[in-house]
Amino acid sequence: MRTTEALEDARRALEICNACRYCEGFCAVFPAMEKRRAFSNGDLSYLANLCHNCRGCYHACQYAPPHEFGINLPKSFAELRVETYEEYAWPRPMARLLRRNGLVVSIVTALALAGVLLGAMLLQAPDLLYGTHTGPGAFYAVVPHSVMVALGSVTFLFVLFALGMGFANFWRDTGGRAAELTRGRPLRQALSDVLTLRHLGGQHGCNDRDETFSTARRRFHHALFYGFFACFASTGVATLYHVLFGWEAPYGLFSLPVLLGTFGGLGIAVGTAGMLWLKLTGDQVPTAKRLMGTEVAFLALLALTAVSGLLLLALRSTGAMGIALAVHLGFVLSLFLLMPYSKFVHGVYRAAALLRYALEREPAPTPAPVAVPAAAEPPIDIVRLARARSAEENTQPLGRSTPNPAAGD
Amino acid sequence: MADLTKTYDVLVIGGGNAALCAAISARRAGASVLVLEHAPREFRGGNSRHTRNLRAMHTAPTSVLTEAYREDEYWEDLLRVTGGNTDETLARMTIRATAEVLPWMEECGVRFQPSLSGTLSLSRTNAFFLGGGKALVNAYYVTAERLGVDVLYDSEVTALELADGVVRSATVTCRGFPATVRAKAVVASSGGFQANIGWLKRYWGEAADNFIIRGTPYAKGRILDSLLAQGVQQAGDPTQCHAVAIDARSPKFDGGIVTRLDCVPFSIVVNRNAQRFYDEGEDFWPKRYAIWGRLVAQQPGQIAYSIIDSKAVELFMPSVFPPVKAGSIEELAGKLTLDPAALERTVNEYNAAVRSGTFDTTTLDDCRTDGITPPKTHWARPIDIAPFYAYPLRPGITFTYLGVKIDERARVLMQDGRPAKNLFAAGEIMAGNILGRGYLAGFGMAIGTVFGRIAGKEAATYAYH
Repeated sequence: MRTTEALEDARRALEICNACRYCEGFCAVFPAMEKRRAFSNGDLSYLANLCHNCRGCYHACQYAPPHEFGINLPKSFAELRVETYEEYAWPRPMARLLRRNGLVVSIVTALALAGVLLGAMLLQAPDLLYGTHTGPGAFYAVVPHSVMVALGSVTFLFVLFALGMGFANFWRDTGGRAAELTRGRPLRQALSDVLTLRHLGGQHGCNDRDETFSTARRRFHHALFYGFFACFASTGVATLYHVLFGWEAPYGLFSLPVLLGTFGGLGIAVGTAGMLWLKLTGDQVPTAKRLMGTEVAFLALLALTAVSGLLLLALRSTGAMGIALAVHLGFVLSLFLLMPYSKFVHGVYRAAALLRYALEREPAPTPAPVAVPAAAEPPIDIVRLARARSAEENTQPLGRSTPNPAAGD
Repeated sequence: MADLTKTYDVLVIGGGNAALCAAISARRAGASVLVLEHAPREFRGGNSRHTRNLRAMHTAPTSVLTEAYREDEYWEDLLRVTGGNTDETLARMTIRATAEVLPWMEECGVRFQPSLSGTLSLSRTNAFFLGGGKALVNAYYVTAERLGVDVLYDSEVTALELADGVVRSATVTCRGFPATVRAKAVVASSGGFQANIGWLKRYWGEAADNFIIRGTPYAKGRILDSLLAQGVQQAGDPTQCHAVAIDARSPKFDGGIVTRLDCVPFSIVVNRNAQRFYDEGEDFWPKRYAIWGRLVAQQPGQIAYSIIDSKAVELFMPSVFPPVKAGSIEELAGKLTLDPAALERTVNEYNAAVRSGTFDTTTLDDCRTDGITPPKTHWARPIDIAPFYAYPLRPGITFTYLGVKIDERARVLMQDGRPAKNLFAAGEIMAGNILGRGYLAGFGMAIGTVFGRIAGKEAATYAYH
């Protein structure tokens, strides 16, 4: 990671945090921070991506603005994270494309793709597009199966490769080695942390909108996350149906692909709406406002993908099916094509950071001394050296009296 | 909506832990409650903002505390740090009450950090607030407002009018405008006077100008002063305050925990004449840090410099500001504006006096000096490997001990020994009754919570009476 203003800001903040440590109970960032005394650029990238943006530390911070230290870790990390996305993206210039005009780019891409599909269809056979098609293979009467498969596979493989390159760049930059990636227990831990969002508020919930705690954000994210994978599974099951059994789409309303797709689409729609609502109504101070565009773009693209899919389901036995199909495919392709350069990559780097965290937590052969948590009074590494019980109590007031006989001796 | 023209059942002065415990307790007892907090919303909570834990008695492990910490052990710990400067009845009452406060706090939205591991020295005795004191204060405000407590920020109570042991009215400056507030009962929970430099000067003279106040700038002691001037009995030594040596570059107020420095035992400390003045290695730092506030306060200009070399730079907790760094002692002296020749002489004399031993930070080791005054009795190693580093030190004031005398029902006592009728006190303003000197981690929050609850309940009962 190169040195930037956002990176220097995060470094300054963390150096103050590391002298305080009151937040160590919130999430993984703080125990990871306490393992370090100085923060390399790679460390900062790792910690920024480990942050789930729950804002607990901001609301608990006695140094938050308007305090002159002005600590605002969620904002500092959000600004740094976006730079790390650009840094690790492959190919790198593509990432800059989305930096400012995320929403416009996403929608234009989707519509362009839909347009190309429609154009191709019109050229091929205009009457097919507006016709009503039902029964097996109905979709393929409009967009030939081979076209769909070719477009889908090429996009998917490209995305996998680009995301993989991003992951590798992150892993290398944050000091990871390839051999670490095969250790089972940390992998399972990281997977569990991803699936449960353990660090997004833990058992208490997080500061979604203000200093009160709620689990709304985690629930919306779960809806979005599991909705996305349900849709993905729907496509997967449908592919198997087609390839293994020769059953062609569209499938019945109560078939597995349609059920998965419907629930997934609803999950995404609810999740994106909820996330947008929290973003727009929450306290704006711990928010990186200049990144709002990118985040809204990603949520909007996801939402439109889901909604256009549900619309296709509703219209599939009418004459509008052809257009609905083209639009939906346009959004799906756009979502995937832009994936390595959109907010989607947060999932890759967050998961990688969680894996790094799990690896750091794995007991080393010779256990390192446990970091001593800061007491209300000087939490000193050498507290553990002071084996005298309750050593921290032996203090003496500032005054003109004789020395306190109870102090220290 | 808060209404200053209305006569509330209970007026709570202050906005920290004790004040909110009182407000919530009074409101739950059915009283209408107004909280007047001097600070703006962003800085609400007094010194509670900077706290981190509460010392709680318990006879069996709980979700956040390990093993057991019984009344007698707690009492003995208190007796030791106060040197007997306490009130056993009030102290034991407080200790016993802490056994029940944690569930009450959780019910009010306070979250605790799970006990991390049995090896931690404080996880047995102290319950840590998740996110620290500001998170606790936030939780209490949310609860209080949900219950219908009215809260006004930027509202300083400057005086109470007391006649025949009854508070008649409170003089308030609310967002810059003067007002008079009446209430049936009043809880004074407005802290000590440590942020009132003028008052500190009464005991410390001009030196107080060079003190740094570690906590809230709003602890001016106006209510304390107003009450003591109207015949309320005082508790605690007015000349005393808890002070530690902190980074001299810290903000004048509110620097909090991050400004502490733990480098002293591995350093030599010189004053502005580049002379050493105390044994830096006398004992483990947790046992010594609080005498260094006074030591530095007694030096010319109330400033000192802790000097280490590159061998020692990672032996202590990181602190908020990076050390001053130089390639030679002469250069370091220049950066600190000390006399280079004098500093070199001090370092050379010290280096020559160091007797080699086995350096061990975990014991009172045998690395000491021989033949210099003052000696350094442990962890003495030559300061000879560049780069050299220095941290400037100033006295950092944590809190003052002076307060009002109270009884076990939190009623404020008048000079004649009788309690005021409708005036109660909680928190730092009365902590001196129990913690007359010294310091016990998490005990201030224990006193504030226990007496805040008592004061709130008693005030509500009186208002209905």
